[in-house]
Amino acid sequence: MKTLMLGNEAVARGLYEAGCSFVSSYPGTPSTEITECAAKYPEIYAEWAPNEKVAMEAAFGACLAGKRSFCGMKHVGLNVAADPLFTISYTGVNAGMIIAVADDAGMHSSQNEQDSRHYAMAAKIPMLEPADSAEGLEFAKLAYELSEQFDTPVLLKMCTRVAHSQSVVEPGERVEAPAKPYEKNGPKYIMMPGNAKRRHPVVEERTNALIAYAETTPLNRVEEGSDHKMGIITSSTSYQYVKEVCGDRFPVLKLGMIWPMPEKLIKDFAAGVEQLVVVEELDGFIEAHCRNMGLSPVGKDTFSCIDELNQNTVAEKLGIPYEKGTALQESIPPRPPVMCAGCPHRGLFYTLAKNKLTVLGDIGCYTLGAVAPLAAIDTTICMGASVSGLHGFNKASGGATEGKSVAVIGDSTFMHSGVTGLINIAYNESNSTVIILDNSITGMTGHQQNPTTGFNLKGDPCTKIDLESLCRSVGIKRVRVVDPYNLAECDQAVKEELAANEPSVIISRRPCALLKYVKHKAPLIANSDKCVGCKSCMRIGCPAISIVDGKAKIDNTLCVGCGVCQQLCKFDALETGKEA
Amino acid sequence: METKNIMIVGVGGQGTLLASKLLGRLLLTKGYDVKVSEVHGMSQRGGSVVTYVRWGDKVYSPIIDKGEADFIHSFELLEAARWTEYLKPGGKIITNTQQVNPMPVITGAASYPQGLVEKMTEAGMDVDAIDALSLAEEAGSAKAVNLVLMGRLAKWFDFTDEEWMAAIEKSVPAKFLDMNKKAFALGREA
Repeated sequence: MKTLMLGNEAVARGLYEAGCSFVSSYPGTPSTEITECAAKYPEIYAEWAPNEKVAMEAAFGACLAGKRSFCGMKHVGLNVAADPLFTISYTGVNAGMIIAVADDAGMHSSQNEQDSRHYAMAAKIPMLEPADSAEGLEFAKLAYELSEQFDTPVLLKMCTRVAHSQSVVEPGERVEAPAKPYEKNGPKYIMMPGNAKRRHPVVEERTNALIAYAETTPLNRVEEGSDHKMGIITSSTSYQYVKEVCGDRFPVLKLGMIWPMPEKLIKDFAAGVEQLVVVEELDGFIEAHCRNMGLSPVGKDTFSCIDELNQNTVAEKLGIPYEKGTALQESIPPRPPVMCAGCPHRGLFYTLAKNKLTVLGDIGCYTLGAVAPLAAIDTTICMGASVSGLHGFNKASGGATEGKSVAVIGDSTFMHSGVTGLINIAYNESNSTVIILDNSITGMTGHQQNPTTGFNLKGDPCTKIDLESLCRSVGIKRVRVVDPYNLAECDQAVKEELAANEPSVIISRRPCALLKYVKHKAPLIANSDKCVGCKSCMRIGCPAISIVDGKAKIDNTLCVGCGVCQQLCKFDALETGKEA
Repeated sequence: METKNIMIVGVGGQGTLLASKLLGRLLLTKGYDVKVSEVHGMSQRGGSVVTYVRWGDKVYSPIIDKGEADFIHSFELLEAARWTEYLKPGGKIITNTQQVNPMPVITGAASYPQGLVEKMTEAGMDVDAIDALSLAEEAGSAKAVNLVLMGRLAKWFDFTDEEWMAAIEKSVPAKFLDMNKKAFALGREA
């Protein structure tokens, strides 16, 4: 029966139907739902790994054991997992293995706009690129066939607009994958130089075989057009924009397999049109391939490599008329994302801003601590970079910054790659203070469990990594826990740990205010008789507080009664609400 | 049928996603090709959010571009004004009159524009404004604003009450079903 599915949900369905039985991933927008949806099938074992490298290696181990396996991640996650990626390319697989990577052109929820297609070329691994949910399902199934036929992991490349769009799919039945018992095979799986030297030529032969496959596979198809002035090569969501704008007017070569690319198919297509055009998001990847073959397509000289595409941009660049739309002539204030009312990070960031500290930040909801009025963060690079960066910052300054700088990192991010930086602080002895913002969940990506929460992906209780013990065991003697709703306690802890003559960890602990089990208090009441309009309560940037007619006003649909603003009011004008 | 477009816009947390899913499912049962695009991650945290619902014989692009929206269905007044450039000439704006101050307004760095409904109307836009918050509170919860607004939108679609109710039942938790149905009815009658 036809149903609407998110691209990510459809990929999960494809994994299920193809007999996948092992999934290990780390959450990352826009890839997260593949794994969440896969976990709903009882036939699939699914887990959140601490990071993408661990996930990919676990998925490799599972395919070695003979089970069709999967790991999924966002584009920057593939950087973390790049080490196993390049060598699993050499070993190949036993049962099929799929690696999904989701790019985020336009950076809806990412720190860079990298184009993951380069990884397929660099690691010499085939990459399929679905353009909607139906293809997500179909390509996931086909990827296992390819993986086993060509003895290679297969990359499945998603992007925000495919991953997070629902479109029509027709789900099928699960077919169990054939058993592939593990057999010891050192020359294939032990990648020491002698063996690896013999595997590299195998990889090159495999790529040649895949190029031959790319010439005839239905993954790559020519859609005829009536007007041969132009012929367009495209893939993924760009294909949808091209079809939206051009319909069946120009011939289109749609590439479903983006690496390796066919040569004859592209040359024949180019020969049949007056001007070859490549429409692709981000880098000129298909374009470069065309140029290497001696073709001269219109490409990134016309289309930008910055930001995502859309139908109007494609129409404009192809010289096709389109409706432009008229905006209201009015200054509309922006509405940037903000920390939620009751967010436990707010009190901690207020403390850091108040103490005028240099704050090396990390990846998560708490990146919003960089936004005014808190404006408490100095850097955001990648997962774990706060902790390791702080060490370098303090070492390089010869100790001059040690009492004035901290790293802030979430619980999940700390488990991902913060703990290795902390080991470096302990081992190489910088007097650094690391603050773990433990909100008991992976927040930004939509509440995923992690090793510190005590629950696994399926929601079952499991071993809970104790952050205090972990930090102490790597050599940090000063470890303390504070409640970020208590500003005085936070201030005291930060001052004392920065003054101490040894490295320290402060765990700022309170669950995310959006977690269902968190009980909220009654909204506060602003007493306008007591309020003098000093705006002290406005310094924490809470969306539930505003100043109306010179007095503080509480939005009682947002306020959860956390009481942080109360601690800033010298006039007791923000009163505790009565519990219903 | 030519592809039809509706943008559902609002503030992160207002329930625009639920509304777009509900509408998408309903359109699918009518035999249309349907695409619904969502936004996840950072922008959901109280930021400006937009979802796209497109339907027709064959829908290609998952997103709606400037000048294309047959409807802008806004859960918050400022957000309706923000996305006006996406409205097709002759398109319709259905908006909640509820105002949620964005952070620059809260901090005093900017002010919330006044008279937006009038200004949009004067600019020649077809605006249907409704106080959905009051009606949601009447139905039992301020959180039912999205169902009130779905009820208002229903006036412009030729689905039967039974079809809407079936879609609502599939989209909201059972314990809130009656309240949500009431909110929908209030929006439809308003």
